Amino acid sequence: MLRLPPFRLRTPSSLEEAARIVAGEGPAARFVAGGTDLWPNMKRRHQKADTVVSLMAVPGLAELRGDTGGNLEIGGTVTLDRVERDERVQTRFPALARAVASISSPPLRNMGTIGGNLCVDTRCTYYNQTEEWRRSIDYCLKEEGTVCWVAPGSSRCWAHTASDSAPMLAALGARVRLAGAEGEREIPLADLYRDDGIDYLGKRPEEVLSRVVVPAEADAGHCRSAFWKLRRRGSIDFAVLSVAVALWQEHGVVTRARIHLGAVASWPVGAEKAAEALVGRPVGDEEAIREAAKLVRRVATPMDNTDFLAQWRGVMAERYAESALREASGLEVTGLAPNHRLVG
Amino acid sequence: MSRAVTATLRVNGEERTVAFPGHHTLLEVLREECALTGTKHGCELGECGACTVLVDGRPVLSCLTLACQHEGREIETVEGLADGNRLGPLQVAFADLGAAQCGYCTPGILMAAEAMLREQPRPSRERIAEQLSGNLCRCTGYLKIVEAVEWAAAVRRGEDAGPPPEILFGHPEPGRPGGDAPGRRPSETASSNT
Amino acid sequence: MNDENRSPADAAADAADTSPSSAGRYIGAPFRRVDGRAKVTGDTRFADDLVFPRMVFVKLVRSTVPHARVGAIDFSAAREVPGYLGHLVGDDLPIPFGILPVSQDEHALALDKVRFVGDPVAAVAATTEDAATEAALAVGVEYEQLATIASLEEALATPEPRIHELERSEGNVHKAVSYRFGDLEAGLAEADLFLDDLFYYEGNTHLAMEQHACVAVPEDDDRVTLYSSTQTPHYVHRALTRVLGLPASRIRVVATSNGGGFGGKSDPFSHEMVAAKMALVLGRPVKVVLTREEVFYCHRGRHPVLMSQRTGFTKDGRITAQHLKTVLDGGAYGSYGVASTYYTGALQTVTYKLPRYAFDGVRTFTNKPPCGPKRGHGTPQPRFAWEVQLDKAAHRLGIDPAELRLRNLEEPDAVTANYLQLGTIGLRRCIEAVVEGSGWRERYGKLPEGRGLGLACGSYLCGAGLPIYWNHMPHSGVQLQLDRSGGVAVFCGETEIGQGSDSVLAALVADVLGIELGDIRLCVADTDLTPVDLGSYSSRVTLMMGNAAIQAAERARELVAQAAGDALEVPVSRLVFADRRVFDAETPADGMTFQEAVILAEARFGTLGTTGSYTPSRNPARYRGSGVGSSPTYSYSAAVLEVEVDPLTGLYRPAHVWIAHDIGRSLNPVLVMGQVEGSVYMGLGEAMMEEQVFRRLPPSRSSALVHKMPSLLEYKSPTFHDMPPVTTYLIEDPDPAGPMGAKEVGQGPLLPIMPALSNAIFDAVGARVDQVPIHPHMVLKALSAKDRRYGPRAFPEVDFGPPLHVPTPAEGGDGRAIDDPRHRRTHGIRSADGTMTTREEALRAQHAAGLTTG
Repeated sequence: MLRLPPFRLRTPSSLEEAARIVAGEGPAARFVAGGTDLWPNMKRRHQKADTVVSLMAVPGLAELRGDTGGNLEIGGTVTLDRVERDERVQTRFPALARAVASISSPPLRNMGTIGGNLCVDTRCTYYNQTEEWRRSIDYCLKEEGTVCWVAPGSSRCWAHTASDSAPMLAALGARVRLAGAEGEREIPLADLYRDDGIDYLGKRPEEVLSRVVVPAEADAGHCRSAFWKLRRRGSIDFAVLSVAVALWQEHGVVTRARIHLGAVASWPVGAEKAAEALVGRPVGDEEAIREAAKLVRRVATPMDNTDFLAQWRGVMAERYAESALREASGLEVTGLAPNHRLVG
Repeated sequence: MSRAVTATLRVNGEERTVAFPGHHTLLEVLREECALTGTKHGCELGECGACTVLVDGRPVLSCLTLACQHEGREIETVEGLADGNRLGPLQVAFADLGAAQCGYCTPGILMAAEAMLREQPRPSRERIAEQLSGNLCRCTGYLKIVEAVEWAAAVRRGEDAGPPPEILFGHPEPGRPGGDAPGRRPSETASSNT
Repeated sequence: MNDENRSPADAAADAADTSPSSAGRYIGAPFRRVDGRAKVTGDTRFADDLVFPRMVFVKLVRSTVPHARVGAIDFSAAREVPGYLGHLVGDDLPIPFGILPVSQDEHALALDKVRFVGDPVAAVAATTEDAATEAALAVGVEYEQLATIASLEEALATPEPRIHELERSEGNVHKAVSYRFGDLEAGLAEADLFLDDLFYYEGNTHLAMEQHACVAVPEDDDRVTLYSSTQTPHYVHRALTRVLGLPASRIRVVATSNGGGFGGKSDPFSHEMVAAKMALVLGRPVKVVLTREEVFYCHRGRHPVLMSQRTGFTKDGRITAQHLKTVLDGGAYGSYGVASTYYTGALQTVTYKLPRYAFDGVRTFTNKPPCGPKRGHGTPQPRFAWEVQLDKAAHRLGIDPAELRLRNLEEPDAVTANYLQLGTIGLRRCIEAVVEGSGWRERYGKLPEGRGLGLACGSYLCGAGLPIYWNHMPHSGVQLQLDRSGGVAVFCGETEIGQGSDSVLAALVADVLGIELGDIRLCVADTDLTPVDLGSYSSRVTLMMGNAAIQAAERARELVAQAAGDALEVPVSRLVFADRRVFDAETPADGMTFQEAVILAEARFGTLGTTGSYTPSRNPARYRGSGVGSSPTYSYSAAVLEVEVDPLTGLYRPAHVWIAHDIGRSLNPVLVMGQVEGSVYMGLGEAMMEEQVFRRLPPSRSSALVHKMPSLLEYKSPTFHDMPPVTTYLIEDPDPAGPMGAKEVGQGPLLPIMPALSNAIFDAVGARVDQVPIHPHMVLKALSAKDRRYGPRAFPEVDFGPPLHVPTPAEGGDGRAIDDPRHRRTHGIRSADGTMTTREEALRAQHAAGLTTG
């Protein structure tokens, strides 16, 4: 049986204490919430820690509530399962419910947290391997090595974002609160990410993602959203492509749009030009949707670092963008749906 | 670096105090310290569901959670499913319908199904498939498992239902009268020590 | 059953024609499997569930390079790990082993060379698995790297460096075979239509949910017991005997319940040798549990096979001749590979009349985990080629694909062109059932674009006709012990891997003796205590063990009947064994309990015990290599698969499978259904997604050649959501060779699934994918290709060696080759060995090992 290496577990009871421990110990310390990302990574030893700081005993982090402005606030350690089953999420943010429900499998969603999913490590089939396997390739740029085997001529790491909630929440315009030793700050979720497989999070190591704020203006009363996820099997698998869209309209005309993609870049890349192509056009304008879908494909950079042929995933980015936009626009969607059936 | 910890775990309604290295998972402690080897490991990484147990009634992958974080919680494993020597409805259904072949994935699937049936006494086939979709099985092709869960759900609801004959005997061969006449139900032939 | 095993008492009983009769309650009924309760309570003890006092743990250090000479191994850092107890290296276990006598090419730990990433190099023992893991990671190994071979094409084109220095072949060819059954050219000349196709079948692996594990327990000075999750305890026993250099009588192998096998636990493995040796060195029980990744390195799964198939048809759809060529990518060791090579050709003849047949096969070595037997062993690949090509022929000839098959059906009891003796054939009923059930006649070719039906068939052995090593002994033995308790203890070497063999064994004995399953106690898969059964492979257990069990039980019934008959003053022939009683058929009230009857028999005959055994009869073939493919009888299956295809993306989804299986007779229909549905599932996995594939890094930067995805996450096996509804028909037509008429079901129903999917995709969108697995991008590429096809485009130049010519029965042949190369020197890569060693080789091997086979 593959086992965890030894480490010291700390269970602080406040965010300040948690931040202090990590700040004090530096890179040898890591946060853990549900553990569904960190423990496999530590068992395979491509993430290492002498000290692991559990956030599960920090009071208030597991709250899911609506604030006065109609925003929805989801604490960092709220489990994915609770998000997916929450009635407010299901009725007001159905595409978010769908995105979260598509993550891995039911028992894992019962353990994994929204904060963990937003901070989930980038993935690559050269990286998510055991210590011995990685020795066989002399490691890779992301961990201990000098070459990104996905693109050996490149100077960067091409590991891909693996979060399903990130592109959806980014499209909905969510913000996240980061708590550090010196207090909290709030930033747009989209700004949490960087286009780099290694340094993929724009937060300081000691900062805790304490809360996600989903704005009222993105709920079903104001915004039409959709989430499409491509993966091999109907469960368990990470996305090899996901498309999250959110459309705002007035009098049948698109006034604002956001499209974010999962798994085809190192971050939940936004397709701004595609979104712009929809603005000012009637909701459900099939020509506009086709144009936007073509533009979506341009920002997708699928690499040979996950399941399926990378080139085909590029083809699918356009197809899925079109399908997601059609669904959000209230048009009929034909052909086969995500994971060969509709998610949710 | 990782010190031994002592914890009192409540498993299947019984408290036991065990000592183990602090970095050991719930799976390891259940199997190695509590001698509850019914819980299995298939992938070690949360990818197959074989190690599923219930914590406070909800399914958890015991290979991906630390034992030391489970003090004060209600842990349930496959060893707790029977009522004394009497098998529960899910167990009877799995044993009688061939939903367990090699039986290695079975404990995890039984626990996931148990959690579902407590919340949803009348699950649709789609719901059963979704709730069990984190559990891989290589023997059965899943069909007998779904059928067994449906049958067990009916029994738990107090219905006097038996599995349809095609689950036990296959479909009648087209064009051959009596080719596959339904025979006895398993309740009549199964061993009586349920 | 063989007469030499019958006792004088039996012979006398036969002579007097006084057999009693039985009325059992189990056979044919969906009774609960005997291990059903343990499997739902967590009580089943798998190998890793075993714990012994003072038990310690071993981890194997595996090669991180694909091909190299092993240099110095440094244990200094490992020794510093607290709890470290010791280590083993190749020189500690220098005797080679391998499942086939002709392929003794594995060492428990590398002696000189490593041949793939994952090849075991050293082993470390420690007090905990944590410590053993840390110590194993701390072992430093120096490697002198060699060039690597990554594919079958490369193996054929690259003679140096050689992965194995075999005398009988050249370069990186492991085994080449070539046969001409009848006058191929004459057959092809009769053809109006001639199809010449290339197919490729990617490798895949068993992925049993239980990782291999074993515990070795030392006893006395020089005895050891190995508990292991193995499908073949007898063969592991033989390999351990050889490698440990101990007499067979000092080694006990017990197969624990396997958490799935599918062929993946049929070889003797390094971890078993190492555990036993380490237990003897340390004097303590030693456990080895493989990680999921290590299971991918044990592999022995489906060979990647490139195929060229040329077949002739007449205008009215009659098959005139076929020439099949296969190239197998064998991985780094022999394993079952010689047999696998023959199997890629052997069973093409058993479904349809194939008057003339040529087969050329070659297995290559590559620097990857060794391939071996997976469910269907070597036959799913050519079956895919055959059934897809038949679909193409049907379209070219304008004949319905079901009708084309029905026109060519082989006859029951026929002897095929390659001299396989067939038994009953239920294939017509299978085809008719799935055609009827699926609405084929109304729907095939008529569904809307994007929806289609595909039909395919298959056939499989009911047990290999020959054992793996040359001998005249039974393939399966069963021993019964009856005593005054009224209980019956049943001893048999058979191994429960989930298929239900324990239940078949118990139910057959219970029904012959008219008692209940609760009266039976099983002792199985224990080389100290049970008669040999060769193992759970080749779909042999039900038929062979079943026949042996019936023989043993009938002999016991005979003894009990004599005692009871005398006491009741009823002729034995009138006695009935049923409901735990022995009674007069004419006046059922006149009788006694089974227990009372056993007490009378024990008083009269002394301690009661009987045996039964089974040895297959010899097949009519007399040419060398004919051992592979022969079987007491064959099962047949047919399937129709309905698929939905999205032509814009290539995504597809199987919507329904109808499958009919010729089971002979269902001993337990619910267990039979489970095997059918499980086969459909595994076939769909192979057809849709499963592949054991590798990454080679840019050679200018790295010599790495690694498994692409050794995990349950990235090796894709279907989930609950990916399984379509299945309609199963069990076709009952008892076969005289089978126990109570039963045939196999564990492997056959997998065979039609892969071609049925490909054929269904063609019906849905008009594109052919001549390759497995069928990825969506392949469908998309086929749709845009000029010939609307995706698949291999080239077949390499291969020297299969001089062919062996065997005239067919229709040509007046007697089963012998007319140019047997035993009588002349051959050159090149030609090797004429069968799967079995010849008698001479067997004796030589025995001499070398200093023991007699047993």
